[in-house]
Amino acid sequence: MLHKRARLLLTAMLVLFAMSFMTVSAQDDGVFRVAAVAPSATTDLAFSQSMYDALLSIQAEMGEENFEFVFQDGTFVVDDAAVALRDWASSGEYDLIIAHGSQFGSILEELAPEFPEVSFAWGTDVNTFGLDNVFAYTAAAEEGGFINGAMAGLLTKSNVIGVVGPIEVGDAAAYINGFVEGAASTNPEAEVNVVYIQSFSDVPLATEAAQTHIANGADILTGTAQMVVGPIAVAQENGVLWFGTQASQAEISGEVGVMFQVYHWEVVLSDIIALIGEGTMGGESYVLTLENGGLVMDFGQAVLP
Amino acid sequence: MIAEIFTASLFASTIRLATPYLFATLGETIGQRSGVLNLGLDGMMLMGAFFAFWVAYLTGSLILALIVAILLGALMGLVMAFISVTMQAEQGISGIGVYLFGLGMSQLLFQKFIGTPRTIDGFPKIAIPVLSDIPVFGEIFFNQNFLVYLAFALVPIVWFVLQRTNFGLMIRAVGQNPEAADAMGISVARVRYTTLILGGILASIAGASLSTALINTFQQNLTGGMGFIAVALVYFGGWRPTGALIGSLLFSFVNALQLQISVVGVGIPAEFAVMSPYIITLIALIFASKRRDKPDALTKPFQRGGA
Repeated sequence: MLHKRARLLLTAMLVLFAMSFMTVSAQDDGVFRVAAVAPSATTDLAFSQSMYDALLSIQAEMGEENFEFVFQDGTFVVDDAAVALRDWASSGEYDLIIAHGSQFGSILEELAPEFPEVSFAWGTDVNTFGLDNVFAYTAAAEEGGFINGAMAGLLTKSNVIGVVGPIEVGDAAAYINGFVEGAASTNPEAEVNVVYIQSFSDVPLATEAAQTHIANGADILTGTAQMVVGPIAVAQENGVLWFGTQASQAEISGEVGVMFQVYHWEVVLSDIIALIGEGTMGGESYVLTLENGGLVMDFGQAVLP
Repeated sequence: MIAEIFTASLFASTIRLATPYLFATLGETIGQRSGVLNLGLDGMMLMGAFFAFWVAYLTGSLILALIVAILLGALMGLVMAFISVTMQAEQGISGIGVYLFGLGMSQLLFQKFIGTPRTIDGFPKIAIPVLSDIPVFGEIFFNQNFLVYLAFALVPIVWFVLQRTNFGLMIRAVGQNPEAADAMGISVARVRYTTLILGGILASIAGASLSTALINTFQQNLTGGMGFIAVALVYFGGWRPTGALIGSLLFSFVNALQLQISVVGVGIPAEFAVMSPYIITLIALIFASKRRDKPDALTKPFQRGGA
């Protein structure tokens, strides 16, 4: 007969052994779990908010009892994101881990092979690194950019349009390039001045860039990335029309807001979730377009009554 | 092309951009002259920016917003003083702690009580009668908002206090040789507490100038590290108010210039234009390192009777 202390020890070991199965089998309870990291706030009215809103939309569609997610925002530093991504992957609790930011690509390329049983997604890019457990997504931002630019070309009276950009990469560059082409298509005489402030988050500098545009005659402004709140305030203060992208800025832009290209990542996420359910862990790339409903043009108060 | 670049609006933009740097640098100058380094400046600016914006958003009163920012800045200065003067914690580390507190708390409060970015009607421009009508100079200097005027008015005031008053003499004495100042009957702790509270107030007003005058909105991490630039500008300015003014204007001018160059379309790579303010700051710091004006007791806690 076992000594009492030995029986207790054996019981504790059995309980711990059983609990390890509980952790591994958390995903088998029918709940789809997602963890996401993003570089800026969920309320940035731009890049990070677009993904956060998409996850909320999926949750509303599937029901909170079937879909859960955690969202770590404000994580611009790559090393900090790497810690979160590794922790989530190691836990085994999540069906899909999203690295929402093009700066996170290198981490994912390194991390994903270590966790072949975990599905990852990242954007904005189309590169899955040849890995079977990585999805990639991006947005054809030039489409809405072209439409915004075409409208801006028709609406400008001074024939000077100002663009406040972050860094000339990814969907930011695509949007701005599309905008410039759109303006030229309807108003070749219009001068479109583009300023890249070399930061995604320097709101004071973005604000001053908008002021500089107006001082140089711009009567229409546009911009992309999370620092646009500053230029939007400048547009309102000066009665200058505003065009936006990534998320709807209709509320904050008030009467000067004309049109916004809104990203609907849920179009991509729905497909990814379905594929994971069928056993496909990755290897697919997605592009949001106007045609597939991933990009939707929203109108502001300058247009709608 | 020169006329296209060097316009009145470029210099007016310089004045606007310089304002938060000037407030923060003046406040840090006062503190460092008394021997205390405050790396929590950016956190104090964020808290001032948030609270000023929140009060203005809720009440519509910009003056009340400014008063709240002043009180908050005083409180944060008091906290910094307690940590670095009374508890004699390592000033650099404690400053970083205050910065992280301000960064996190302002984000938390923003998410909790505002949620999504909003705009307010900030401090309007005030055209100084007659002076604002002067061609070119009028637009640059005399058609700005109240906080711009306050920031520039503080330069001679801070100079006068530091150089021409007994209190300024005490500050400088404490910063150069606290043991001798203590032997003369000056309360080192009281002086440092006072300078840190004043520094906190000015840092908070710097933040408020962003959210209620320059940008008229608040977003998480609005300052983006401006407080740390201000600390560097103190070194650049040789711990003098006039140096703070020159440093703030130079840094802001280069920032405004790179925007103007981009708009006008001069063929200078945007990346070069953007990094130029920081290159100039580094160059200035190299020359500033040779200065002998640095307070000898800077970053050294004072304990009566020796360490």
